[in-house]
Amino acid sequence: MMMSFVFAFIVGGIICVIGQLLMDVGNLTPAHTLSFLVVAGAVLDGMGLYEPLIHFAGAGATVPITSFGNALTHGAMAEAEKHGLVGVLSGMFEVTSSGISAAIVFGFIGALFFKPKGNVD
Amino acid sequence: MVIIFQTKPSILAGGVVAGPLEKRSTFSQYFDAISEDERWQMKTNEQGHRKMIQEACEIAMKKAGVKNLEVDFFLGGDLINQMTPTNFAARELAISFIGLFSACATSVSSVIIASLLTELGASNFSIAGASSQHNAVERQFRYPVNYGAQKPATAQWTVTAAGFALIGKHNDNLPSIEAATIGKVIDFGMDDPFHMGAAMAPAAFQTIQSHLEKRKQKFYNYDLILTGDLGQLGLKLLKGMFAESGVKQEELTLIRDAGTEFYGQDEAFQSGASGAGCSAAVFYSYIDQMMRAGRYKRVLLVATGALLSPLSYQQGETIPCTAHAIEITMK
Amino acid sequence: MEKEQYQQLEQQVTPKPPYLKNIVKAFFVGGIICTIGQAVSLFYMTFFNFTEQTAGNPTVATMVFFAMILTGLGLYKKIGQFGGAGSAVPVTGFGNAVISAAIEHKSEGYVLGVGGNLFKLAGSVVLFGVVSAFFVALIKYILVTLGVVSW
Repeated sequence: MMMSFVFAFIVGGIICVIGQLLMDVGNLTPAHTLSFLVVAGAVLDGMGLYEPLIHFAGAGATVPITSFGNALTHGAMAEAEKHGLVGVLSGMFEVTSSGISAAIVFGFIGALFFKPKGNVD
Repeated sequence: MVIIFQTKPSILAGGVVAGPLEKRSTFSQYFDAISEDERWQMKTNEQGHRKMIQEACEIAMKKAGVKNLEVDFFLGGDLINQMTPTNFAARELAISFIGLFSACATSVSSVIIASLLTELGASNFSIAGASSQHNAVERQFRYPVNYGAQKPATAQWTVTAAGFALIGKHNDNLPSIEAATIGKVIDFGMDDPFHMGAAMAPAAFQTIQSHLEKRKQKFYNYDLILTGDLGQLGLKLLKGMFAESGVKQEELTLIRDAGTEFYGQDEAFQSGASGAGCSAAVFYSYIDQMMRAGRYKRVLLVATGALLSPLSYQQGETIPCTAHAIEITMK
Repeated sequence: MEKEQYQQLEQQVTPKPPYLKNIVKAFFVGGIICTIGQAVSLFYMTFFNFTEQTAGNPTVATMVFFAMILTGLGLYKKIGQFGGAGSAVPVTGFGNAVISAAIEHKSEGYVLGVGGNLFKLAGSVVLFGVVSAFFVALIKYILVTLGVVSW
């Protein structure tokens, strides 16, 4: 069990380092970097590589934003397998709903309770 | 274009108000008031911005013993879309008003116009200056203030401050505006909104150079040449450009930058301070008081402005910049 | 000074990002966030009826909740300045993008402000995630239909 934490740390850290390299060396904005990583996650899942990574690293693979692309693709492919072409569209959000719905709900709640603050300390 | 003022309009009083973070500024002891609340007890940042402008103007008028009904013109601007904070402050102040936009160079361009109106005899008293409010500016030009994007070492911190000067007829005992240079818009192809000092330095260079040339002055004829908000890197670049053009190292020490010194050497502010309120706050508090005290006899104030918008850089445009200068003397 | 000459001077003066330092910081901050995520998913697997496959969803939601608290208290931007991609790449960074925009635009009301700007920063992630998933799944569907690969 201890090892699952170590693998999560290392794999999650490496994915973040890739992001940092895209920003520093590739000169990309955060938005460009995250978009790139999401696409990368989707492509990796299409090649069947992301699920093994989750099996190996657990949260190290599900917490980085790449898992968002993986989950969208996964939903789309699972539905496509069952219902054919139309499933590509209908299955998309089947698996991913949690990240987006959590962000929307907590975004709203956050707006209710917090004010934007600018100080450095 | 250089203007030489025959009547030498004077700065009758300065009014500078700053936000709570600006307590940490090396210039804070010269400010007239510091708010404990970055929103001035108002609901939004933009409303706080307006309140800050009002307070600074009222302080300048009060110091000179002038009522708002006696003031002929109010000239100023800020960085927010359509300059609503300044427009709304003008509504409250009830003074004839023209909004001016030269980005962070508005602190000087407004004083140039006020001096011209005074020289023309059209104005006995004019209020001129500029302001910026950190939260309101950041969310418009960059990201929401709570978004965790990593700022590079070239970035600058927009100050929360308003600086206004009451300009009137010449008075021998007060700092007076002897000449001014209205800068051209210079674009050296810089396009990084997190590296504004590099974009603005060439504009400052051109303005200083043409001012000195037309005035037939050398660096050492001034006690100080103070730029507005180039930041550490912008200042380095400006000095590099002058060194290249043959100016000696010891003369280059006469050039200082308000943005570089504003927060001291604190790394939390990256390359230094920026924003229309930065130059305005330093020029109309620190410089004004130093000149009254006789510490400086002749200074050149060069406010620099980056004339970009979020739209222009997202569309891939480079950042055009300008710099306006006033030469202030004290008998 | 000419433009080209100035651009050379600018290149000399401008410091390069501290690549190694940034990489190390991103690795540790990102690693720690994922380790916390691992603890959260272990919590869901131990005390609730989740498996390794299904624990991802509640974990992600919980991490976004943490992001809300940190964003609201103004702490996430400090973590972001330190950690760079280490705090931007995990789903907490996605949450931070949505939540910071929501808090910022509250002043324009809940419909036009919060509603209209919620995905101002994170919208591109949703767009490219969905579009790329669509094409990847479509290509896979075509390949399966042609008998090149199987599901």
